[in-house]
Amino acid sequence: MIRVTGLSHRIGASTILHDLDLTLPRGKLVALIGPNGAGKSTLLRLIARLEPLQQGRIQIDGLDLATTPSARLALAMAVMGQQARIASRLRVGELVGFGRWPHHHGRPRAADHQAVDQALDAFGLTPLRHRFLDEISGGQAQRAHLAMTFAQGTDWLLLDEPLNNLDMAHARALMARLADLVRGSGRSVVTVIHEVNYAAAWADHVVAMKDGRIVAEGAPATVLTEPVLSALYDTPIEVARHDGRPLVLHHHRHDDLDAPCPGPATETRLALH
Amino acid sequence: MARSARPLIAALLALLAAVSLVWMVQGIGGGNRSFILQLRGTKLAGLVLVGAAVGTATVLFQTVAANRVLTPSIMGFDALYVLLQTALVAGLGMAGFAGLPAGAKFLAEVAAMSVLSAALFGTLLGRGARDIPRTILTGVILGVLFRSLSTFLARVMDPNAFAVVQSVSVASFGSIDAALLPMAGLIMAACLGVAMRLSARLDVLALGRDAALSLGLPFDRLVLATLGLVGMLVAVSTALVGPVAFFGLLVAGLAHRLSPSSRHEVLLPVAGLIGALFLVAGQTLFERLMGQTGTLSVVVEFAGGLFFLFLLLKGRIR
Amino acid sequence: MKARPLVLSGLVLSALILASLGVGAASIDLGGSDPWTMLVLMQSRLPRTLALLLTGAALAVAGVVIQSLVRNRFVGPDTAGTGESAALGLLAVTLLAPAAPIWVRMIAASLAAMAGTALFLAIVRRLPAREVMLVPIAGLILSGIVGGVVTWIAWEADLLQFVATWLMSGEFSGVIAGRYELLWVAGLAALLAWFAADRFAILSLGDEVATGLGLSSRGVMRLGMVVVSVVSALVVVTVGMIPFIGLVVPNIVARIMGDNLRASIPVVAAGGAGLLLACDLLGRVLRHPYEIPVGTILGIVGSVVFLWLLYRPASHG
Repeated sequence: MIRVTGLSHRIGASTILHDLDLTLPRGKLVALIGPNGAGKSTLLRLIARLEPLQQGRIQIDGLDLATTPSARLALAMAVMGQQARIASRLRVGELVGFGRWPHHHGRPRAADHQAVDQALDAFGLTPLRHRFLDEISGGQAQRAHLAMTFAQGTDWLLLDEPLNNLDMAHARALMARLADLVRGSGRSVVTVIHEVNYAAAWADHVVAMKDGRIVAEGAPATVLTEPVLSALYDTPIEVARHDGRPLVLHHHRHDDLDAPCPGPATETRLALH
Repeated sequence: MARSARPLIAALLALLAAVSLVWMVQGIGGGNRSFILQLRGTKLAGLVLVGAAVGTATVLFQTVAANRVLTPSIMGFDALYVLLQTALVAGLGMAGFAGLPAGAKFLAEVAAMSVLSAALFGTLLGRGARDIPRTILTGVILGVLFRSLSTFLARVMDPNAFAVVQSVSVASFGSIDAALLPMAGLIMAACLGVAMRLSARLDVLALGRDAALSLGLPFDRLVLATLGLVGMLVAVSTALVGPVAFFGLLVAGLAHRLSPSSRHEVLLPVAGLIGALFLVAGQTLFERLMGQTGTLSVVVEFAGGLFFLFLLLKGRIR
Repeated sequence: MKARPLVLSGLVLSALILASLGVGAASIDLGGSDPWTMLVLMQSRLPRTLALLLTGAALAVAGVVIQSLVRNRFVGPDTAGTGESAALGLLAVTLLAPAAPIWVRMIAASLAAMAGTALFLAIVRRLPAREVMLVPIAGLILSGIVGGVVTWIAWEADLLQFVATWLMSGEFSGVIAGRYELLWVAGLAALLAWFAADRFAILSLGDEVATGLGLSSRGVMRLGMVVVSVVSALVVVTVGMIPFIGLVVPNIVARIMGDNLRASIPVVAAGGAGLLLACDLLGRVLRHPYEIPVGTILGIVGSVVFLWLLYRPASHG
């Protein structure tokens, strides 16, 4: 499991994370949710050692982040950041192949080739493996990056807003893949998710964050409730149930459609106090 | 002329006169005064001409390019002139072109340069001027291409005399070709006259293509004419001292900062005066007070280059 | 199918090598073995051909390396201020310790080149990330400024003749046995880059990907800077500035076979060597028996190709 103790983080004068203590369970699909600026991405990036640790301690399956060499950590967790467009002209198969680099450091063995084949297959990329990344669609490229992370073969996968720029169908397919991954191969996935309903539909464990603190955590049914979410987003939110899972309804003002009410700008201003 | 600009122009003129006086009489000894004065006078005229040409050419070019970080030299104008010179000698060498009097030869080169700049840079700015970084890069690479072609032509013409091209590829304010001065002065005066006549139209041009067209300005023709003028001015300065890449950037930047009005009838004389003042003052400082004839061009380029890098890092080029 | 570009470039390269051994001011019979032929071959033609091969290959590989360091396709080792910085270092040694042995000079030149490259990388990091074209502009300006300083110091110290051979367009007509061997070191540096090819490929995917795979991007950056600096310094000192090889060749190879550097670096090296050899041959035959410097020919060929790269339609298809 991932154990975070006493974690604080500052950027300039502003504190992004306030003395967090958190344990993320193994073998689950964990979703980090919360409003903009809650510190979800910062937390994920700190766990993934993409940002230097300022204060506090993070352990991944007993490996202390501060003392374990980066190359060793690459065998325990794989990371997919919010990718910028890469300038390299690589084929899909080559990109996924780099996921095996922590295992072979330049001399791929049969097991590595096999892992790459599996990853390509798992993400439906086998027909595209010889295509250049700049010649396929954005959704396909996203899948290629994810396959690379998968090919790394680590117990932990950390994903920073993987649904960004994906349309409804692709987003859903991605979440289904992640859920299969967790159920089928016993991997553990931690992902930052912006749209609550993807967490509601697919996650096993939800961590809700606000203003650099953890507001609630636990099974979706216990976290994704009307009082928690309304307080989390400072917006009245209804939660219904669909197929036995929570379904968050927030797309219009249900209660007072006709009544005059404060506009959204006032609401957020109130929330700041 | 706008009334508000009079004090500035008068002050610049007074400063230029004062510095020129220092240049002429500083440390003049008893012997052979008239010879020394004549020598210094020639140099002074050259420096003033070059400074004014670079300053006004840069302002004109920046107006056409709708951008404050481009200069004709960054875009490869001076390299084009060197190539033209070499090509004319190579192509017309047999027809006795090289044997023509310096003034007539120069005039022919300037005319050709004006047409060529309008054609080449008119095409370039017409197509891709929205993407400024790409336009700059294109200019720089065109400069490399022109210089390489000049060297190549010179080598093919006369394998032993390639030094000719190399000597004009480095700026030198210390040695000014006196034979060209009268013709250069005439061309310069003509260009300035035309530019001042066009100044009201240039103000409209500076509003951008769409606004200028809707105000009824023959936009494309005016752009070509202005580029032609820029070509001639660059020919004057390059023929006299050689290429100066970043100096114009400093001068035009300062002119825009100091000038109380962004109207070209003010901008152009201010830029010309600042350019002349810079060069005369700089050369006086380095040659007379510090005894280093060749330093000015390096210092000017160094300062201009740093200024450009500064603009780049401040995110002003995009 | 994978090996095709390599085989093809190998064949072309062999033909060029034969031609390079056969062409020159002195006419010799390649089949013969008389003393005169052997002398020309061993003292002049063979060293010159080897120098061309080493320079072209090393510069092209250095181009791949610097392009992956700055993640930008429009730069090369000659447009990053590296060569000019090397000249500055060499000039400093010449002025401060005129009696220093050759290896001290080379180390000084390489260290200065490294400092120049580091400065370039620091500037690039401050540029707005989306403006792809600003990176080469910054490099060219930096080259210009450092070059200006070198010229000025050389002018003041009356060493301009000496410096001109480094900053002017490079040529190989002066290469004879005993005067090019340093280029082997440049070749070795390029070989080192090949061994680390995967690391550079990962680095060009971004710092985050590199960290995620457990790779220290700083270490790779340092290695890359050493390779680029050593190659540029040794080339500038031995034969002068060779423009565009490091910029154009990696671009063309990437267009054909992509950026899997482990596979593409040998092709890049062969391509660089071939292009330099071809341009040098052209310079030798165009005005026979006189020579046109290869730097001049490359200035023309390279800038035309570069302009094409700037204005070609994007590779999305």
